[in-house]
Amino acid sequence: MSPLSSVGDATSVAGELPGDARREQIVDELRRHLGDALLESVVVPGVDVWIRVRTDAWRRAGEVLSDELGFTYFCFLSAVDWLPSPYGRGEDDPTEPAPERSSEIVQGVAGGETRLQMLARVVHPAHHVGVNLKCDVPDDRPTVPSWIPVFAGANWHERETHEMFGIGFAGHPDLRNLYLPTDFEGHPLRKDFPLLARMVKPWPGIVDVEPMPAGDADDEGGDES
Amino acid sequence: MTMLSDRQQLSYIAAQAADARVNVELETEGMTLNIGPQHPATHGTLRIIARLDGEQVVWAEPACGYMHRGYEKLAEVRTYPQVTTLVNRIDWLGSFANEVPFILAAEQLMEIEAPARAQWIRTLLFELSRIANVSLFLGDLGVQMGAITPVFMAFRDREYVLNLIEAATGGRFHPNFDRIGGLKDDLPAGFVAETRQVMKKLRNFCDEIEDLLFGNEIFQSRTRGIGVIPRDVALDYGLSGANLRASGVDWDLRRDQRLPMAWDKVDWKVWTHTDGDSFARCWVRLQETREATKLVDQLLDGLPSGPVMAKVPRIIKVPAGEAWVSTENPLGEMGYYVVSKGDLGPFRVKIRSASFNNISIVPWVLRGVYVPDIITILASLYFILGDIDR
Repeated sequence: MSPLSSVGDATSVAGELPGDARREQIVDELRRHLGDALLESVVVPGVDVWIRVRTDAWRRAGEVLSDELGFTYFCFLSAVDWLPSPYGRGEDDPTEPAPERSSEIVQGVAGGETRLQMLARVVHPAHHVGVNLKCDVPDDRPTVPSWIPVFAGANWHERETHEMFGIGFAGHPDLRNLYLPTDFEGHPLRKDFPLLARMVKPWPGIVDVEPMPAGDADDEGGDES
Repeated sequence: MTMLSDRQQLSYIAAQAADARVNVELETEGMTLNIGPQHPATHGTLRIIARLDGEQVVWAEPACGYMHRGYEKLAEVRTYPQVTTLVNRIDWLGSFANEVPFILAAEQLMEIEAPARAQWIRTLLFELSRIANVSLFLGDLGVQMGAITPVFMAFRDREYVLNLIEAATGGRFHPNFDRIGGLKDDLPAGFVAETRQVMKKLRNFCDEIEDLLFGNEIFQSRTRGIGVIPRDVALDYGLSGANLRASGVDWDLRRDQRLPMAWDKVDWKVWTHTDGDSFARCWVRLQETREATKLVDQLLDGLPSGPVMAKVPRIIKVPAGEAWVSTENPLGEMGYYVVSKGDLGPFRVKIRSASFNNISIVPWVLRGVYVPDIITILASLYFILGDIDR
């Protein structure tokens, strides 16, 4: 009765979850291929791998991961702006002078030297281990090689990163805006791009994090079970 | 002579095949067809610009951004508990499932884990949102092919699931129920018995849809062999969820990673299909919905007792660090890359939503297809606008 002849059955690999030995092995393999273009690597046991490569080795790193090591699943590609926001969390009173804020740039896991950093993730479709890849984006000329020849799916992600962070992708055929209007000025996800909604009206949500009166039954903080 | 890698060869063959599908002999005057932004097949406001040659698509491109709400920017000015309100609205048909990976990422950074009961209820509500989400897809599928009946059945039966979600969380669509360290509340009285009844109804619904729609000759002829996505192309574009499993990749994030959830404690099966066409994608979703009802039954059986909230400080500060957590949401892989600087709110949140990648393959898959197939292919890829535009 059933017309479903070509049903693929699940071959269970449930027992085999990504192990840390495999993560170390990935870093070793990648270092063997990339040499000193691999700048830093961080393996957090049982959690994830972070790798930072030199900017000019960005595409090469993708190629090695995809073609040599079998990381063929493209998860996402984006960027991080490490500049602390000059507007804080947008909770300043607009009638008061703006408070002093640190503008010291501190990069996250796997270090770095520049304000903008690329961030991408690829995963191995058979043993399900992912690699978070980072690279610095030069401040004076924010351009990195495009990943489209390696992962076709990088196309839209690079368009989004281009409009949101102002990072160029050398070799991308069509860097039009994906979300924003064509004549939009500025790069919204950069930290120095103000969130205008917060600039024109003080944010009332700040009361949410103030301690509530003791014994309030409607407690959302959940300090007791 | 330079050696071509397997991948390059494959992509070359794929491009050649796509070119071959476009009939170049029948050179007629080209036409540009605009589908959307307001078209019933677009689940919101997606616009597809298709250039046609006769009845065939030569070039197609979705125009996104009609619903871009900038959640990544907004998350940077919210505190961690406030972010769940935002991410609820990404995939609005399976809202609870959106909250879970974000909360898990925050918990991973804080190195806390929810109590066992909270983990089980999270998994339970996660699967209920999957059922609510995908059952609507199954009904909607009929409408795209001109069958009106399935959608009424879907809306009728989805309501039972939404009632359950409402009973537990207070919200039909936007529960906002997940908290760092556990859940807002325990399940209400009578929830377990009621859920068992509803799961029976939903299994019945799946059977009805399988008979009515999947056994239908018109449905089959309009989906079988249409919109084929080979395994390697699917991986290249980062397709996930049922779209990937329909292309023969046996990968389910519920099974293949270690998460503090209850999926590894119950017995269930990952469904795959080898065809990679529209039919396979729809069929995998149908099987998954039925599997999810069985999953829910087992979760109800094994529900542990105990608290639903761990001890967490009243004011939540997440230690500095970076975390990536993704889960198998109704639409596919949904993940958050959370960067924390030890503040009340995240420093940066990258939201990796399933539909964004799933729809980025549209220019590839629509090349050479006939106009009516655009609708069925889009329907079978299954996207939610909020999940593309974020």
